[in-house]
Formats: sequence, structure tokens, C-alpha cells
Amino acid sequence: MLNAIREVTVKHVLSALLGAATLLGAAPSVAQTTLTIATVNNGDMIRMQALTNDFTAKNPDITVKWVTLEENVLRQRVTTDIATKGGQFDVLTIGTYEVPIWAKKNWLVPLDNLGADYDAADLLPKIRDAVSVSGKLYAAPFYGESSMVMYRTDLFQKAGLTMPENPTWDFVIDAANKLTDKSGGVYGICLRGKAGWGENMAFLTAMSNSFGARWFDEKWQPQFDKPEWKKTLSTYVDLMKAAGPPGASSNGFNENLALFNSGKCAMWIDATVAASFVTNPKDSKVADKVGFALAPNAGLGKNANWLWAWNLAIPAGSKKTAAAEKFIAWATSKDYTKLVASKEGWANVPPGTRTSLYQNPEYLKVAPFAKLTLASIDAADPNKPSVQPVPYVGVQYAAIPEFQGIGTAVGQQFSAALAGSSTVDAALAAAQTATEREMKRAGYIK
Amino acid sequence: MATQQTQVLGRALLTPAVALLFIWMIVPLAMTIYFSTLHYSLLDSEAWSFVGLENFRYFLTDPAFLTALRNTLVLVGSVLAITILLGTPLALLLDQQVVGRSIIRLMVIAPFFVMPTVSALVWKNLLMHPVSGLFAWVATLVGTTPIDWFNDVPLFSVILIVAWQWLPFATLILLTALQSQDEEQKEAAEMDGASALSTFIYLTLPHLARPITVVILIETIFLLTVFAEIFVTTGGGPGLATTNIAFLIYTQALVQYDVGNASAGGLVAVVIANIVAFFLVRIVGRNLEA
Repeated sequence: MLNAIREVTVKHVLSALLGAATLLGAAPSVAQTTLTIATVNNGDMIRMQALTNDFTAKNPDITVKWVTLEENVLRQRVTTDIATKGGQFDVLTIGTYEVPIWAKKNWLVPLDNLGADYDAADLLPKIRDAVSVSGKLYAAPFYGESSMVMYRTDLFQKAGLTMPENPTWDFVIDAANKLTDKSGGVYGICLRGKAGWGENMAFLTAMSNSFGARWFDEKWQPQFDKPEWKKTLSTYVDLMKAAGPPGASSNGFNENLALFNSGKCAMWIDATVAASFVTNPKDSKVADKVGFALAPNAGLGKNANWLWAWNLAIPAGSKKTAAAEKFIAWATSKDYTKLVASKEGWANVPPGTRTSLYQNPEYLKVAPFAKLTLASIDAADPNKPSVQPVPYVGVQYAAIPEFQGIGTAVGQQFSAALAGSSTVDAALAAAQTATEREMKRAGYIK
Repeated sequence: MATQQTQVLGRALLTPAVALLFIWMIVPLAMTIYFSTLHYSLLDSEAWSFVGLENFRYFLTDPAFLTALRNTLVLVGSVLAITILLGTPLALLLDQQVVGRSIIRLMVIAPFFVMPTVSALVWKNLLMHPVSGLFAWVATLVGTTPIDWFNDVPLFSVILIVAWQWLPFATLILLTALQSQDEEQKEAAEMDGASALSTFIYLTLPHLARPITVVILIETIFLLTVFAEIFVTTGGGPGLATTNIAFLIYTQALVQYDVGNASAGGLVAVVIANIVAFFLVRIVGRNLEA
């Protein structure tokens, strides 16, 4: 799923042990508030966990218990908990997809009391929009991302190609075909193919926006039978067949990251957070040969980039709201950014949430991708994702509860088209039927 | 001989245990039946309503349902065939006197103790991966194009993984059965000049009939609900190529948070399991009565 960076490292284990140790150490004192925090096992969150001591030192009356889970598992645990009012967690890590849906159901506490230091005006406007409902902040962004093109400057130079800052699909397709050298193990382009609403559908929905397609018309009628979707899917399938790596239909973020890092991809369109991984010489063989560009467009005024953020939120009905607010304010503050920078360096601070970070010269020095990350985030508009009018919010998803199921079912059809076990037309027809069926059942289509 | 008094006493003493087991069984089943008649989605938890058999109609008319049913049967059937057809000769081999027999047996049995998620990951990333897997490496050595397993033959790949896990189980059961075979009978057959093949067909195979029945029944119970291997490797895809009934219910319950529909699916799966079990017991169950 989206930026699921599975870091099952020693660090992970250590921090879990550390969390357990703080818990044991704190057991005897009485007037303690224990916060149970559910979070994703992404690198940035694991770092936050390791820095918990800074928070508990400042707030000796609060102890913190972590529940760190893989993205899909986390989503299931948190959703079932909040829907059945289980009350297991005091702070939730949720995506921009959940925030508007849950806020409208009054499942979340509005974050009005994050303190004077929080400076909500400093949040990137697009990210702030994505976690607000009618002007009220319902979750505090921890890190944000868009998607962009990452490409190999050395291969482009060798082929005599120059990547424009705002490339078109025609250019990207042409370059991908020219740079593919299957016998040499270099593929022109690596894209997500693994089925899932946050895997291939995140990419394909963003791509379809650039081709002028949309998920639903204003009457919630699915639009997979329209020419824009056909163009999107056939372009994608043809491109991947000609210039993609084998086994693409099971490649998600992590698989593509591994391929790009080992020098097998000339281009990769994916999350902006990947930029710091592919330029890190410790993990990447091509660290000093990576360039960045905006996600491609088809000349219709929309680029194929998404918008996503992981956010911290408080479930309605929590009895520890005050302590939870303190924690959220700590973890998403400017001071937290500085704390990470002092301990781990500026390159490792959580990106994509605050304007001030992109004005910080120290950050800009170590992050050559900062400018394009910011430009990509600015280019995505969750309120107006497509050229055509849509009844939903969200760039690479439609923020309705049914989307997870529908998106995954459609993702499977498209993954089958990529694998060749189904044709583009058959996949689109199946996607149309499945979506229509589900939307009728859910009562959107009367 | 039990007097009437002890019989009554025995029943009275058994009652708590039986009652507990009964409650253990009936409460979840009753709740599942109850939920299956509701329109109840976790994401829309305010709107509960009684919809009768609508969930069953929706689940059974799902375009994915027939494919999932077919996949389930193919998966169970193929794994059963592979494990028994390979398990029998393997058990025969392991029954021979060779140096290091206990070590060899241990190695053969080992796959059964590897967790399904782990073995699926190993197969997916280390063996079957079309770029970095061992099979791809061998294929390039020989000069052929590597097979893209989960793309080109997804269901077969899953069958292979599951069969690899269950082969040791079949081997183990058949091996213990072989060890209980009467040596004198075999010697007598040998003295009468029976060939190895006819010894196998007329002595060993009938002897193995019962353990084979047991293997089929136990494996069927577990294979009808294969989930981890599919979840880890293909996620039910590409398309619906590896979606079985268990996986379909999972996508209903946890991806779509539709409790009503998933409960209906669960009950459908129970009925299917019963039908399969009924026929299997009819076909092979006679061996157990003899």
C-alpha cells in the first residue's frame, strides 16, 4: 500500500523493547495517564517511537504505549475499533482517506487545542485542506507526500534525452521505450501493478485524472465505460508490456523501490517520500544519479500525482483527550522536526507537512528533491481531482466508505489486465459491473 | 456393566462439559446466522436493518463467487492428489534402512513446521521471483526465459506452495502406517515369489487405504480454508485467478467491512464444506468402517 516502508529492523525491535521498558518502569506511580497509540510501521513513525522519551520527560504524568502495525492490519484494527466503539486506542494514525469520512460521522475529536506553538497556518495548504472538514482540523498531519517521476540522470544522458521538469506522457512513453534494455536488465519504467486500492489504484487513479477520467459522474454512476478510462488503462498496459519489468503485476511500492535501488529502472513514478531512500547511498546503488520531475500530464491541465498524508487523530469518546492532544502537538510540532534533525540529521525529518520546512536552508541543502516534492504537493487538489466535475473528495481515491472494497476489486481487474490474463476491455467492463453493483447496494445509485 | 444409577450419574457428570462445548459451538453460529440477515456495515454502523436473505442473494450472485468456488475445488483437489501421489512413494523410501535415516526424516518433515506466511514469503521472494528468484536464475543458466510464476500460472504456484507444506503431513501419516505393516506377511509374499510391484499393489496399498482416508479428510478440512499463502503471494489475483471462498469472505468482511455479507458468505462456506465432506466420506469413508 501507499508508502508502506516495512522496516523490520533491529531498531524496530529495540524501540518496541524500549516502549515496554518505559511502561514497566512507570507502573508503580499512581496518577499516570497511559496513552495507547496505534501507528504504522513506516520509518518515520518508528523514529517517533524511539524519540518517545523526549515527550515523557516533558510530560512526566503521561506514559505512552505503542501499537505498531503494518498498514493494512493497522487500518483494519483501527477501523473495527472505532466503528464498534471499542475504545482501545487514544491516538490513531490514519490516512487522508479516512479523515473526512470519519469526521463526518463524528468519530473524531476536532483538534482545537493544540496550543499556541502549533501554528496551524504553517501547514501546507493542500495538506491542511485534506485533514479538515468545513474549516476544522480533525487530524494533525505527521508527514505528507505526493508522487513524482524519479529518473536515472546517467541513463538519460547516455541516450541523449533531457527530462523536462513537467513531462508529458508522450515523452515519458518514448523515453521508456528508448531506455529499455531487457538483455542488460534495465527496464524503461517501473510502476505499481499489485492489486489494492492504495497500491495500483492509487497510481492508476492519479494517472486517469491526468487523462481526464473520473471515478463517478455527479450521479455516482461509475465511469469505467468511458473513453478516458480506456485510454488510461490501455496506455498503462501497453507501456508496461513494452518497457516494464517482468512480474509487474505483483510489484508494489517496496518491490519497485528495490528494483530502482538496484539500478533496474530508468524511471519510476511513485511517492515523493521515496526520494530520500533512492538518494541515500546506504540503500541505493544509484544514489548520485537520480533526478526528479513532476508526474506526467496529457496536456489537460492535470498531472498524474496524488496527495496523501499520515495523520494523528483522537477518537471521539476518548477519556484522555487532553493528554492525547499534548502528544499530537508534540509529535507534529516544529520542535519535533528540530529534534529529529538534531538526532538523525535533516534528511530524516518527516517531510511534506509544513511550509517552514521548505524554507529551511539546512533542509534544502540535504534534500535535493525538496523543491519538486513541494511543487507536486501543490499540484494535487483533493477537492477538484479531475478535469470533469466529481461528487467526491480525494485525488487517488474517492473518500466514501465503500471505496476500499470497490477500489481493491477494480484493482484486481486492472492487475489481471497487466498480467495478460484479461484484456483491457474485459477488465474495464468487469470493473464497471462490480462498481455499479456495489454502489447500488450502498444506495448511491437509486 | 453399567447399572441405571451409574448411567444417570455418568450423564450428570458429563453434562457441564457437553453443555460448555455446545454453547461454544452454538453462540458463534447463532450470531453468524443473525448477522447474515442484517444489512450491517461497520462503516455505516448506525443503519442496521433486517434484510432477510438479501445478503445470501448478493453473495451468491457475486460474479466472483463461481470463480472462487472453482478455485477452491481445484486447489483442494490438486493438493490432495499431489500430496498422496508423492507422499506414498516418499513414505516407502523413508521406510528403508539407510544411513542417517532419522536426519533425513526430520528434514522431510520440516516444511510442515514452517509457518504458512513465512513459507509463502520465501517461495515468493527467494524462489519464484521472476528477476531475483532461484528458479529465474536457473532458467537463465539453462538459457530459457524465466517463468513469471504469480503472473502466468498463479493458481498453480499457490498449489505448489500449499502442496509443499502438506506433503510432509501425508508422508508422516503414511510412514507411521507403513511401520505398522506386518513384516511376516511381506516375507511370506517374497517367499512366494511376488514381485515388488505386486507386493505394493496387493499388500501395501490395501494396508495404506485407511491412513490415506485419514489424510484426505484432515487435509480437506484445512485446505478448504487456505488463506495465508494467497494473502501473502497474490492477494487473490491477478484478477480473481487465486481467489478462493475463504479469501472472498475476507475481502467482504475486512476490506469492505460488510459484516452482514461476510456472515452470509461464511454460512455458504460451511454448507460447501459439508457437501464436500459428505461426498468425500461417501467415497472413501467405507474404508474406515471395515
